[in-house]
Amino acid sequence: MVKKLDRRKFIERLLRMMPSCVLPLGLGLSTACRASAGKKNEGGSYYGMGVDVKKCIGCGRCVDACKNENNVSRQPFFFRTWIERYVIRRDGKVSVESPNGGIDGFPPLKERQGIMRSFFVPKLCNQCDKAPCVQVCPVGATYLSPEGIVLMDKDYCIGCRYCIQACPYGARYMHPKLRVADKCTFCYHRLKKGLRPVCVEVCPSQARVIGNINKVSSPLTRFRRINEIHLLKAGLNTEPKVYYAHLDGVVT
Amino acid sequence: MPEQIKRLGLVIVIAIIAMVGLRSLFIPETFYEYGHYRGESLEDEAAYPARYAGHEACGDCHEAHREVINSSYHRNLNCEVCHGPGQEHIELGGDNKMPAPRERGYCLLCHSYLVSRPTGFPQVDPQLHNPGKLCFECHDAHDPRPPHSPTECRGCHRAIDSMKAVSLHAKLSCETCHRVDPKHKVDPRGNLPSKLMTQEVCVRCHAGPEGKAKGLPQIKSDTHGEMYLCWECHLPHYPQGE
Repeated sequence: MVKKLDRRKFIERLLRMMPSCVLPLGLGLSTACRASAGKKNEGGSYYGMGVDVKKCIGCGRCVDACKNENNVSRQPFFFRTWIERYVIRRDGKVSVESPNGGIDGFPPLKERQGIMRSFFVPKLCNQCDKAPCVQVCPVGATYLSPEGIVLMDKDYCIGCRYCIQACPYGARYMHPKLRVADKCTFCYHRLKKGLRPVCVEVCPSQARVIGNINKVSSPLTRFRRINEIHLLKAGLNTEPKVYYAHLDGVVT
Repeated sequence: MPEQIKRLGLVIVIAIIAMVGLRSLFIPETFYEYGHYRGESLEDEAAYPARYAGHEACGDCHEAHREVINSSYHRNLNCEVCHGPGQEHIELGGDNKMPAPRERGYCLLCHSYLVSRPTGFPQVDPQLHNPGKLCFECHDAHDPRPPHSPTECRGCHRAIDSMKAVSLHAKLSCETCHRVDPKHKVDPRGNLPSKLMTQEVCVRCHAGPEGKAKGLPQIKSDTHGEMYLCWECHLPHYPQGE
């Protein structure tokens, strides 16, 4: 038998149901607010890097020093950081090259005419707050450390390469000897000893800046204040923590 | 309770105990310490030894070098950029020798001319700048000022000079249009030469009786491009160009 539902009862039930619909919405909003507001790792350090593209001379000393410091294979194709040369031509064509990551410098450009602009862009892991590589790791071998650095556990990585596929910046590589998906650590071991990352340390033109995002007086805070900042692939919402200044719009 | 339910219950209980046991066996102790990862791996990563000692370490022993380099153009250059990682050298008490690159190619990594380098960074064309000579014969790497300051504009602005030399403006000197402070030769970027900010200099020859007599191209200065500076359309270093 079908129960009869009169108008009075229908409205009564509808009103009763309403609070339960609003509840999850409110919960979601409050967590979203908490995620975006407030400092991360309150009271401690939260690291980021600034890169001034205008200052980079493309000497490749950062690439060389990084390989020395972190025992990265000297063969080409294995890089924690590398330099790209962009050449924008008058007809609007853009070419990007990075011979051996820029470790031996760059050869002079052959053509003399038709170049509108050319510059170097140092690249490295962007230490995303919402890192795709962390999200896809099936075993918890790669993670965002309390200091805001995406690290990888060499003893725990199973070498499945999901993270290499997931990284939109191409920042991870398969270590040829250890068979783990290695990456830039912002020289975590150096930061813990009170030293700067080696690429920042050796840069002859001070194109790179490391600093604590939480601190008002850090070099990075100053860098972000006085420069207009661009992020690589900002539309992917990975929330990268490598901040580029004087970046040309063609760089991705 | 029926017998089969009891047995099934026993099997489930054994399975749960086995699962919990295996889980604690396979998951490392520190796994959920900070998050979904092995907390211990932070310590492993931090324990990795540093090979580069940093910019402050070298001066502790090499005081004389520090003084020289701190007042030179290379003051912001870390010693380890040229001499290689130094932590081992410090730990051995200076017993191992640090490399000192002497070949031309090493200096040219930074100082060879490339279009892509930022303007104003000191660069040379390796084919034109004393080919075959070693850099340190003229420049001390710790205090790399040039052995003598250039006397002519051509010393640094070779490209402009060679363009002007084959142009219709070959006879004009640079000072015709640019006012150059003598200090420009010592501190180029601190004392930039002036550029023409009025049409006056161009108009003197190109819209007046003086130039007309010599048969130079003439314009009507009151109607021709009055809102612009001449060099915004014409290239004075090569006026016959596009």
